[in-house]
Amino acid sequence: MSLLIDVGTVLRDSVSVFYSSLLTRPTGAAVRNEIERRVVEVGSPVVTTIDFSQIDLLDVSCADEIVAKLLLRYYEGNNGLTGYLLLQGVREDHLDAIDAVLEKRSLALVAWHDGQAELHGIVDETERRHWEIVRELGPVTSDRVSEQLGTTDVQTTTQLTRLWSRRLIRYEDAHFTVPGMNEPDVGVHAQ
Amino acid sequence: MELVFEQLAALPREQKVVIDARHARWASPYGLTTLLCIAQSRLERADFTVPENTDTASYWARTGFFRHAADLYELHGHVPRHREGESDVLLEITPIVQSADVHGVVGRIKDKSAEILHGQLGLDMAVTGRFGMTLSEACGNIVEHAGQGGWVAVQTYAYRKRLGRRVVVIAVCDAGIGFRQSLESSPAHRTSDRWDDSRALEAAVLRAVSRYRHGDDGRGQGLAQIRKFVAKWNGKLSVRSGTARLAIVPSWDEDEPMQEALPYFPGSQMQIIIPEKINDNASATLSSRSTVTRASARAS
Repeated sequence: MSLLIDVGTVLRDSVSVFYSSLLTRPTGAAVRNEIERRVVEVGSPVVTTIDFSQIDLLDVSCADEIVAKLLLRYYEGNNGLTGYLLLQGVREDHLDAIDAVLEKRSLALVAWHDGQAELHGIVDETERRHWEIVRELGPVTSDRVSEQLGTTDVQTTTQLTRLWSRRLIRYEDAHFTVPGMNEPDVGVHAQ
Repeated sequence: MELVFEQLAALPREQKVVIDARHARWASPYGLTTLLCIAQSRLERADFTVPENTDTASYWARTGFFRHAADLYELHGHVPRHREGESDVLLEITPIVQSADVHGVVGRIKDKSAEILHGQLGLDMAVTGRFGMTLSEACGNIVEHAGQGGWVAVQTYAYRKRLGRRVVVIAVCDAGIGFRQSLESSPAHRTSDRWDDSRALEAAVLRAVSRYRHGDDGRGQGLAQIRKFVAKWNGKLSVRSGTARLAIVPSWDEDEPMQEALPYFPGSQMQIIIPEKINDNASATLSSRSTVTRASARAS
């Protein structure tokens, strides 16, 4: 099951109907709490996508509250927040704030732009190369990734496991994919 | 403003003071917002005499200064009327107390800032969103850290004396607890002999230390983002707090990076200056002129 959350609607519902920008920590905390509530209410979505396309400005303080802290909450694993967290509808100036907060906390996530997945945040070069092969060829087996990169099975498995544990790739039926790729067009759209 | 701070620092807070602006001919957004902070810093309501020059008084009225000053000072002299909508300033002086005020300020400035930053100052269109983010972070600091409300103002004007170009200036000032006291309230703070206002400014502005960093590694990013914005657009950032003032100084300016042992003034006062963009040749000429000026200043 996939869940699409329009953060602009969440902002207007939870903070003010007059707002179109995500600014300040108190606003970010209120929006994050509402997103968490909606995710838990829906119950264990495999992929949750936060859509920023209705957002005018995003400042760093708000990005830290919404993006970075939400990711950390997913990592905690004991709060009903499960599966993969993705972003979409993110503009270039939004990325200034998002990249800054991911870098500060050594986090990474996947964002979709015009049908293409992009990796943002802190990943080392080896991780990135493995992730890009999964994006290019996925669903793909570990053997096939090894073959493409000319690495040993152990090296490849180690890297793919790291990416999977950081929720940057999915593993299903012995194949790896980038989350959000080939998602069935069903699911709950929370707005 | 330093001369005013010097005179005030010698007086007890409960002593009544008179701010005499009769002979003032101009004030920057930083000066006007700081004048409001001065009133907030006094226990006894201060007197304020309005500039006698009608153009000056009229300009101060257009910035919204007298509207707020009337609540804080006993005003003396002729206060020009200010009609809504007649302002030519980018953002009138606006109080910042809570998060909603930050949303209001950024929303209000959005349309005008694209026209002025891109249209008048020749900056890339990409500056508009980043300008709003910077304004938000600067104002957010008051909400998060000052412990009381403050003021923001944004203005463009010709900065002829130092730069020969137009600039946009953001001033964000408060008379709250200031950087040193804010950082001292963190459980992670360790007092040392070398701890003072200048060290507090260095920690917050240059090393992104925040009082909330204890248990929250993501804090302190707002000022880092402001620095990044200022560097990107060849601007200048200065922050005064307590008895110190730190500046990120571009090549076109001659300010001191750090001034210590200044007269004490509560809270923090931030100024961001972004200059008009000029072509590379003109920029090189200006840069060499600035270097010569500094060399002459050192020689004298």
